[in-house]
Amino acid sequence: MNRQIRLVGAGLMLLFVALFVQLNWLQVFHASALDNNPLNGSRVVKEYDRPRGQIVSADGQLLATSVPTNDQFKFQREYPLKGLFAQITGFFSFTYGAEGAEKTYDSILTGANLSSSLPTSIQGLRNLLTQTNKSQSITLTVSQKMQQAAATALAGRTGTVVAIEPATGAILAMYSNPTYDPNLLSGHNQTQVIANYKALVAAAGNPLSPGSYRNSWPPGSTFKIITSSAVYDHNPSLAAKTYPVLNALQLPQTTLLLHNYAGETCGGAILQLFTVSCDTGFGAIGLGLGAQNLYDEAHAFGFDQAPPLDLPAVAASTFPPVSSFTQDQPAIAYSAIGQQDVSSTPLEMALVAAGIADNGTIMTPHVLGHVTDSQGRTVSTYGDKPWLQATSPATAASVTQLMLSVVNSANGTGGAARIPGVSVAGKTGTAQTGHHTIDAWFAAFAPVPNPTIAVAVVLPNQPNGTEYQGGTLAAPVAKAVIQAWLASGAAGAKPVTSAPGVTAPTSSSTTVATGSASAP
Amino acid sequence: MTALATALPRAPARRRTELGLIVLAVLLVGGLYAIAGLSKAGSLPANIVPFLIGFFAMLLVAHLAMRYLAPNADPILLPTAGLLNGVGYTFIARLSSSEASKQAAWTALGLVAFIVTLAVVRRARDLERYRYLFAFVGIGMLLLPLVPHIGLNINGARLWVHLGPFSFQPGELAKLALAVFFASVMVERADLLSHATRRIGRFLVLDPRYLAPIIAAWGLSLLIFLAENDLGSSFLFFALFIGMLWISTGRTYYLGLGVGLFAAGAFFALRVIHHAQSRVQSWLDPWAHPYSTGFQIIQGQFAIADGSVFGTGPGQSNASHIPYASSDFIFAVVANELGLVGAAALLMGYLLMVGTGLRIALRCERPFEKLLAAGLALILGVQTFVIVGGVTRLIPLTGITLPFVSYGGSSLIANYILLAVLLRISNDTETPMILRESALIDMPSGELREVQA
Repeated sequence: MNRQIRLVGAGLMLLFVALFVQLNWLQVFHASALDNNPLNGSRVVKEYDRPRGQIVSADGQLLATSVPTNDQFKFQREYPLKGLFAQITGFFSFTYGAEGAEKTYDSILTGANLSSSLPTSIQGLRNLLTQTNKSQSITLTVSQKMQQAAATALAGRTGTVVAIEPATGAILAMYSNPTYDPNLLSGHNQTQVIANYKALVAAAGNPLSPGSYRNSWPPGSTFKIITSSAVYDHNPSLAAKTYPVLNALQLPQTTLLLHNYAGETCGGAILQLFTVSCDTGFGAIGLGLGAQNLYDEAHAFGFDQAPPLDLPAVAASTFPPVSSFTQDQPAIAYSAIGQQDVSSTPLEMALVAAGIADNGTIMTPHVLGHVTDSQGRTVSTYGDKPWLQATSPATAASVTQLMLSVVNSANGTGGAARIPGVSVAGKTGTAQTGHHTIDAWFAAFAPVPNPTIAVAVVLPNQPNGTEYQGGTLAAPVAKAVIQAWLASGAAGAKPVTSAPGVTAPTSSSTTVATGSASAP
Repeated sequence: MTALATALPRAPARRRTELGLIVLAVLLVGGLYAIAGLSKAGSLPANIVPFLIGFFAMLLVAHLAMRYLAPNADPILLPTAGLLNGVGYTFIARLSSSEASKQAAWTALGLVAFIVTLAVVRRARDLERYRYLFAFVGIGMLLLPLVPHIGLNINGARLWVHLGPFSFQPGELAKLALAVFFASVMVERADLLSHATRRIGRFLVLDPRYLAPIIAAWGLSLLIFLAENDLGSSFLFFALFIGMLWISTGRTYYLGLGVGLFAAGAFFALRVIHHAQSRVQSWLDPWAHPYSTGFQIIQGQFAIADGSVFGTGPGQSNASHIPYASSDFIFAVVANELGLVGAAALLMGYLLMVGTGLRIALRCERPFEKLLAAGLALILGVQTFVIVGGVTRLIPLTGITLPFVSYGGSSLIANYILLAVLLRISNDTETPMILRESALIDMPSGELREVQA
């Protein structure tokens, strides 16, 4: 028996060696990968037991704050406005990590961005030993008033509003229904938080996914802004043509016809086509431009690349590759009117409007206004910088004229966005997504000249109607948001200064601070 | 120290070694408890003095009992168990104060059971006489949780028995009773079990009659598997049986047969039992369901990884959110706070105990004690491997306690009894022949010659 007992000893020894090897793998070789795993909440726990900076709205409302607790984490994150800012601030959860601005600006909020240099003085040494509060707070460009205006205008309907200051790229409002209460995920009761999270994941409309920058829908006729811009940039002769009055357009390679929405009949010059949102006319323009020109223009406006918004996991809007059209010429006509495989996030469509408003330049979108230290002193300010030169000032001016007509002409589809005394430029979109459903869009900017706000609104999956519902459903929402802005926030706003078509936008504006420019 | 030692009754060198090691263990545990309190609350724990005195007193009483009841037994086992128990307590104290006070009471009860076992079992070989009683008790205890009204389902496994205000896991004690039964039966039938007697064609095979017990054991372990959903105990029980069978017969084909039967059982379980499927699933890919089935494993991995080489420091753990941090997953918390160094030290502690147990078995003269000691050491080793391997994701996780460290009364009491039996065997072996009054009378002449030679 002794031989077997010795062998059992050797066998058990081998098993323990295996345990030791596995421990080495976990604690030494694989440790940093596990430590940096996004699911790993242990880093968050360490952050919990010290104060974390606040997130404040542009009008000084507290959006996220750390409240002392008696449990092991010492502080709990609270969001006083609940769902209103959820898709911007995100959440800071022990179980699920961080999302939104809580994630992007984590190092600022924890103070980890400050270099922990060696202390050079007695004071520095004391600070090092007593762990002073190094956390910093961030102030957003979004105000509670604007956010509330967007929520009120949506009136509980599923949909998204994104508003941008064209000259700076500052986000003025970014609200989506359905939303969620971040307090549900920041609690310390693990079981409850997990149950809340599962309920949110299962909830209709996926409230955890910010509709404004992660969800996309066919942009419909709002895409005609880009198609028109392509005309002026690539083939101006198309703008001079007059298109036949039709209710359906014959397409190449097929016997199928492209019908106007609700069976309407339309035609004429580009201004007329744009004003009434004529699909047959723009289908023909699209075919005249060709896939390459449409593709290039969509890319110039930022399609197929994620906008550099300072929030996590921003989705790209998509335009099909040129090669996909060679066997499918009708798709060119459909793509020119923002249908078929074209899709856009509300953020992207707001950036398109902002680009036209800002003489063809799309500024980098951002929600961060400035950073303050624990004594409330401003430490740094977001430096505005251009993202894309989408088109020329001359083209932007031409498209602006088309968009003004949509709102101001008697037969324009965007009449619902008209504001007395303010010149609003806009474009409706009514994208057919099913046999009985449409996405109602509206993209606009105001006031012309010198716009201070660009807005995109989408109300997805609305029932089919007999009118252009981008105009009847989405335009009033955009109007309400623009009015709220002009009534409250526009005083300190930075308007687009250079007159359209006169000068190129300044490329040296990279370090212009938010709100530092003079009022008009 | 010396005054204390001289005041005590006759103290062989081994007992003095044991006392020294106990003092060392108490100092280690006291240091750990103090540092944990300092880093957690910034001050020494308020109860550190009563805690250290109480802890030392309990081990001292056990040590004094050893002087009377097993003066020549091995000096390493008791201090090592005390150290593991104390280290486990300091972690439990931080994870849950209510569990800590219960664990302290269980430790005291465990040491009482330890002393009672030493007092009642005066010679290990006496156990052999009651083999069928042990078999009956062992199987009865295994099946007890299945009895309606007193059986209790906790976390999907039916392991608990509820009697009045008490609930306990009889399976913990059952494995000891069955180890005794296996040892006595296998020793008696070692010859029959190790020689092929039946000829089938050209091959000599084992008589199926003698294969019956192994099939029965396999069936019983599968039954526990199915009825109680307890994969860990089922595996431990089966490994114990096959291991002891192999040790007693030296026939490698039992190992092969065991592996084959285990594979068949596992295959069957994976096809049929959802519980087993999800355990294997969350072992292979816990990341597929990071917030449900994979949560415990993943959080354990994070905690262990966060510990790195030197750990986050006693009292600095952020692993309390892991489900069952104080029982099944306590090793993850230890690895988190004490790092690779501390976790490896803990494993060394178990290795020391297992090695000592096997050494006791090697030094035994009589086959029953030899086989029993080896079986008990095997239980300790396999149980530690199963839970530590599960927590570190080396093997699929099964809910089973880490001996002496995990929170849990049944486990603690059973392990102290296991320890007492090992020490009893050790004492029997190490006591000079002349002191064993009745040994010569009972011992068969053949064995006596062997010993004298």
